[in-house]
Amino acid sequence: MGLFRKRGIRNKPKELVSQTTLENAFNRRTFVIGGGMGGIGAILAARMGYIAIAENERWVLESESNRVNLSLIPPRRGWILDRNGAPLASNRADFRVDVIPDRMENPERTLDALADILDLPDTTIADISKRIDEARGFQPIEVATGLDYDEFAAISVRLPDLPGVVPQRGFSRFYPTGPSVGHLLGYVGPASAEEYEERPDPILITPGYKIGKDSLEQQFEEELQGKPGARRVEVTASGRIVRDLETREDTQGKPVRLTIDGPLQDYAARRIGLESGSCVVMDCETGDVLCMSSMPSFDPNSFSAGIGRVEYAMLREDERVPLRNKVLKGLYPPGSTVKPMHCMAFLDAGVKPEETIICGGGRRIGNRFFNCWSNHGSVDMAKAIYQSCDSYFYHFAQQVGFEKVAEWAHKMGLGEEFDLPVTSQFYGTVPEPSWKQRKYDQAWQPFDTVNASIGQGYYLVNPLQLAVMASRLATGYKVVPHLRMDDPRPEFEHFDFSAEEIDYVRKAMSDVVNGPGTAGRARLPIEGIQMAGKTGTAQVVSLSISDGKTGPWKYRDHGLFVFFAPFDKPKYAGAVVIEHGGGSGSAYPIARDVMTYLFDPAKGLEALRALETQWGGTAQQRLDAKYRAYAAANGASVPPIPTRDDDIFDKVEAEARLAARQAEQLGDSVTPRREDNEATSQISRAPPSAQTPDRQAATATDVPEAGE
Amino acid sequence: MSGIVPDPVARQPWQMLFPLFALIMFGALVLTSAAAGDFDAYARSHLLRFAILFVMAVVISRFSKEFVSFFTYPAYLVILLLLMAVEIVGQVGGGSQRWLEVGPIRIQPSELMKPAVVVALANYYGSLPVGMIPSWRALMPAAGIILAPMAFVLLQPDLGTSLAIAFGGGVVMFLAGLPLRWFVFAGIAGVASLPLAFFFALQPYQQDRVTTFLDPESDPLGEGYQITQSKIAIGSGGIFGKGFNEGSQSHLRYLPEPHTDFVFATMAEEWGFVGGLFVLGAFAMILRWGLSVARNANDRFSKLLAAGMTATIFFYVAINLLMVMGFAPVVGIPLPFISHGGSSMMTNMICIGVLMMVYRWNQKAPRTGLIT
Repeated sequence: MGLFRKRGIRNKPKELVSQTTLENAFNRRTFVIGGGMGGIGAILAARMGYIAIAENERWVLESESNRVNLSLIPPRRGWILDRNGAPLASNRADFRVDVIPDRMENPERTLDALADILDLPDTTIADISKRIDEARGFQPIEVATGLDYDEFAAISVRLPDLPGVVPQRGFSRFYPTGPSVGHLLGYVGPASAEEYEERPDPILITPGYKIGKDSLEQQFEEELQGKPGARRVEVTASGRIVRDLETREDTQGKPVRLTIDGPLQDYAARRIGLESGSCVVMDCETGDVLCMSSMPSFDPNSFSAGIGRVEYAMLREDERVPLRNKVLKGLYPPGSTVKPMHCMAFLDAGVKPEETIICGGGRRIGNRFFNCWSNHGSVDMAKAIYQSCDSYFYHFAQQVGFEKVAEWAHKMGLGEEFDLPVTSQFYGTVPEPSWKQRKYDQAWQPFDTVNASIGQGYYLVNPLQLAVMASRLATGYKVVPHLRMDDPRPEFEHFDFSAEEIDYVRKAMSDVVNGPGTAGRARLPIEGIQMAGKTGTAQVVSLSISDGKTGPWKYRDHGLFVFFAPFDKPKYAGAVVIEHGGGSGSAYPIARDVMTYLFDPAKGLEALRALETQWGGTAQQRLDAKYRAYAAANGASVPPIPTRDDDIFDKVEAEARLAARQAEQLGDSVTPRREDNEATSQISRAPPSAQTPDRQAATATDVPEAGE
Repeated sequence: MSGIVPDPVARQPWQMLFPLFALIMFGALVLTSAAAGDFDAYARSHLLRFAILFVMAVVISRFSKEFVSFFTYPAYLVILLLLMAVEIVGQVGGGSQRWLEVGPIRIQPSELMKPAVVVALANYYGSLPVGMIPSWRALMPAAGIILAPMAFVLLQPDLGTSLAIAFGGGVVMFLAGLPLRWFVFAGIAGVASLPLAFFFALQPYQQDRVTTFLDPESDPLGEGYQITQSKIAIGSGGIFGKGFNEGSQSHLRYLPEPHTDFVFATMAEEWGFVGGLFVLGAFAMILRWGLSVARNANDRFSKLLAAGMTATIFFYVAINLLMVMGFAPVVGIPLPFISHGGSSMMTNMICIGVLMMVYRWNQKAPRTGLIT
C-alpha cells in the first residue's frame, strides 16, 4: 500500500523528504490511526454484543446465582429412643456461632473479638485457630454453641465488624444421660475436610450441620440425618443478607428406636462407679439388649463441637481408657464364668451330673499335678459350678477333649461376632488344638487344656459374648442379641438339652448366689426373685509380678460375673466385667444392684445414692469435676488433638490389642489360679464358707455382707 | 452556517460538544445508580467538576499558537520536576504515592504529563527542519522527552499511566513521519522483550494481573474475580438492560469499583447493549472530530498536537473498555467523561481544550492548501 511505497522511496535518498511528503505521510498515517481506532471500536461493539446478546443467558444465570444465595438449613437430626420411647439422644434449640475461614478478613482479630464477647478460654481459642488453619473451602468452624440470648445479641450487633462470623439459631444434639450413652451412641460433629472431599455436598459445609462420628450415631447416619431445608436470600458480595426470598422447612430425620432401656443403661453406667468396666443386660426371651454400659466414658454432649484439646488429653492419658467401648472392644479371659457352659459340653459328651471326682487341692493330668484354688474333696457337677472347683474341669475337659468344649463355646456365643449395627466388635479367641497349631505352629499340650478348661490361657471374650452365653445357658435357646426395637425377632433355635439338664445347671448357678457358692453377697434383696450366676477372676499377669489384688492397678485381676434372673424362669441375663477389679468381688455387687434396679427401681436407686455420695456425685458430675481439675492443672500445656476423627479412637484400639497380647502370653504357661474372694496365699483346706470376702477392705465400695 | 443561528454559537464545535455533554449527563445518571440511587455521592461532584474543567478547557482554547509554543518546554520541565518531587516525597514519607498535596489541592503530576508529553513532542517536531526527520536527530530528543517521565511514573509504580504516555508520544512520532521501519523494529524489539519485561520490570501484583488476564479462572476470587464480575454485569444486561437503578451486580457490590474503573459495566448492566452502543458512538464522534481537527490544521505543530490529544483520549477509552470486557489486564484506567474521578477528568478536559484551541486556530486561518 501507500505506506510501503513511501518506505521504498525514502529508503535510498533522504533528500526526498519534503514538506509535501510529510504532509502526505501525515494524512495516510492519520487515516491508519483513525482506521485502527474504528477497528478497535468495532471489536468492542462486537465483543459487547457477543457477551450481552449471544451469551446473555449464561451471564443472567450467573448474576442470579450471585444475587440469590441458597442457604441450607441443617435438618434436625432424628432422635434415638430407648425401648419405651424415651430419648437417649434428642435435639436442643440453641444459639450458636460459627466462622467461615474463607470469608474472614483477619481471623486472629475476629477470633479475639469473639473470645472477648464469649469469654472463651485460651485452649479453646487454640483449638479453633487450629481448625481454621486446616479448614478447606467454605467449611464452617464452630466457635460456640448453647449461647444465651445476650451473647447472641452482642455478636449479632457487631456483625459488620466481624466478616465471616455466622451467628444463628439452630439445634444441637443433646444426650440427656451424657457419659452413660457415650460409647453406645457415639457422638456427632461437623464433617471433616476429608469427608467433604469425598462427598462434596454443600450441606456438609453448612454451619450447624453435624454427622454421626462413632457407634450408633454413625451407623444410623442415613436414617437420622433428615432432609435439609433451604432459604433463598438476596445477599451482597460480602455475604450480608438484604432480604428473604423464600424458605423451605427442613425435614427431621427419622427416629431410631433401640431395645436399650434408657434408665437401666444410665443406672448401670453410674453403678460401675469408680471402676473401669462394663455391664451388659439382655432380655433372654427376645434377645433384646437392654443395657450396654461401659465406663469410664466421655460426655458426647461436649464432643459435638469437636473434641477440645483439654478434654482429649484428659481422656487419652487416663489408663482406664474412657475412649474405648469395653462392651464390644474390651477382651478379657473369661475365667470361671465359662464353667457352666463347659458343663453343658460335658453333658453333651455323655458325662453324667452325678459323676464325681476327688479334688485333692488339685489334680494330676497326664504326668503333672495342677493345683486347684482349694481342696474340695468329692466334687460332682453342681458342686464344681457353685464351688468353682478347678480339678473337676481339668479332669473332664481332658476326658472329653477340648475340641468338644470349644465347639460348645462357639455354640454359646464365645468367639462369635454378632449381627449388630455397631461400628466394630472384637470377637476374641476360643482356643483349641487346631487354632493353636495355626496361630503358633505348636502342638496342643495337656496344660493348654488345663488352662482353657477354667477360662484362662488363650481364652479371650468380650462382655457382650458373656451376656449372650448367660442368656443361652439360662434358656437353652440360641438367643441372638438384638439392638433395634423395630426389627423382627427371629425364632431361636433350641439346644438339644433336656429340661432336667438345663434345670440342673440353673440350680447349680443359683447355688453360686443363693446356696453355698462363691457369690453369696450377690443375692437379690427382693422377695421371691432369685438370681443365678457364676463368678470369674481373670489374671492379667503371672503371680510372680503381682498377687492380683493389691499393687499397681494395671496388674490386678479382672473381676467377672455372668448372671440371669429369675433363676427358675429366666427373663434377664447379663454380664459384668470390671477391669483390674481385683477379683469377681468387684463385679457381682454391680450385677446385683443392676438386677435389683430392674425389678425394683426404688431399692436399686437407694443403693446407688449411698454409693454416689461416697464417690463424689454421679458419673456426669465426676467427669465434669475431673475435667475442671485437669484443665486447671494442665490448661496451658495440652497438645492438640489428632486431625482425623479415626485417629482419636485408633490409638485406643491399639492399646486394646496390646492388652489382648499380654493376656495371650499368659496362656503360654501354667499358673496357679486364685478364686474369688480368696487371698492368693490362702490356697488352703479351709472350707470356702469360712472365707470372708477381703475385697471390701481393698475398695470400700461394697456394702459389707456375710461371706458365702 | 445558517442564518438563524448567531455566528459565535455556530462557530463552536458542536459535533464534539453534543456527544461530550451527552456522555457527561449519561455518566451522572450511571454514577447515581452506582451509588444505589444517591445523586449526591458521585454524580453531583462529577457534574461540578465537569463544569469547572469545561471552563478551564474554554480558557485553554483561547491560547494563541505563539503562547503555547513558548511555554511548552518550561511547562514540560516543571511537570517533570513535580514528578520527581512526588518520587522524593514518596521516598521520604515511606511507601509509594502519586500526588502532591498543596493545601486543599491534590496534584497528580503523572496525569498532567500525558498531555504535556504530546505538546512537547508536537512542538519539537513542528520546529524540526523537515530534512532531519529521517535522521537520528529526530529520534533521540523525542525519545528523551518520552522516556524521562515514563521512568518516574514506572517508579511510582503506575504501569497504566506510563503506557498512556508512551502511546501518546508514540502516536505523535508516528504521525511526524519518522521512517516506518523504526516502528517496525521497535515493535519487534518490544515483542521480543515482553518476557524480559514481564519477569524483571513488573511488580509481582502486576504479573498477577497479566497471568489472570490470560487465564481469568486461575484466580476466580482475586484479580480474575473482577473481570468475571464485570462480564456478568455486561452479559446479564442483555440488549436493553435491567433498567435504571436495577443493576444487582453494582448494587449488591459484586462489581468492583462500580463508579470508577468498572463504570462501563455498571452502565451496561442497566442500559444493556443499546447503552453500550450509545457510549461507543459518542466516543467515536468525539474522536472523529479530533482527527478531523488534526487533518484540517494548518501547520505540523497543530496537526501533531491535535492528533496526539485525540490519541490520548482514545487510549483511555480503548484500554478501559478492553479491560472491562476481558480483553486486557486490569489496569487502573478510568473511562473518560463517565467515570468518577478528578484527575482523569482533568487530563481529558485538557485534551479537549487543546483540541478546541486547534479548532479555533483552524477557523481563524482557514487552510489554504499552500505551505504555511
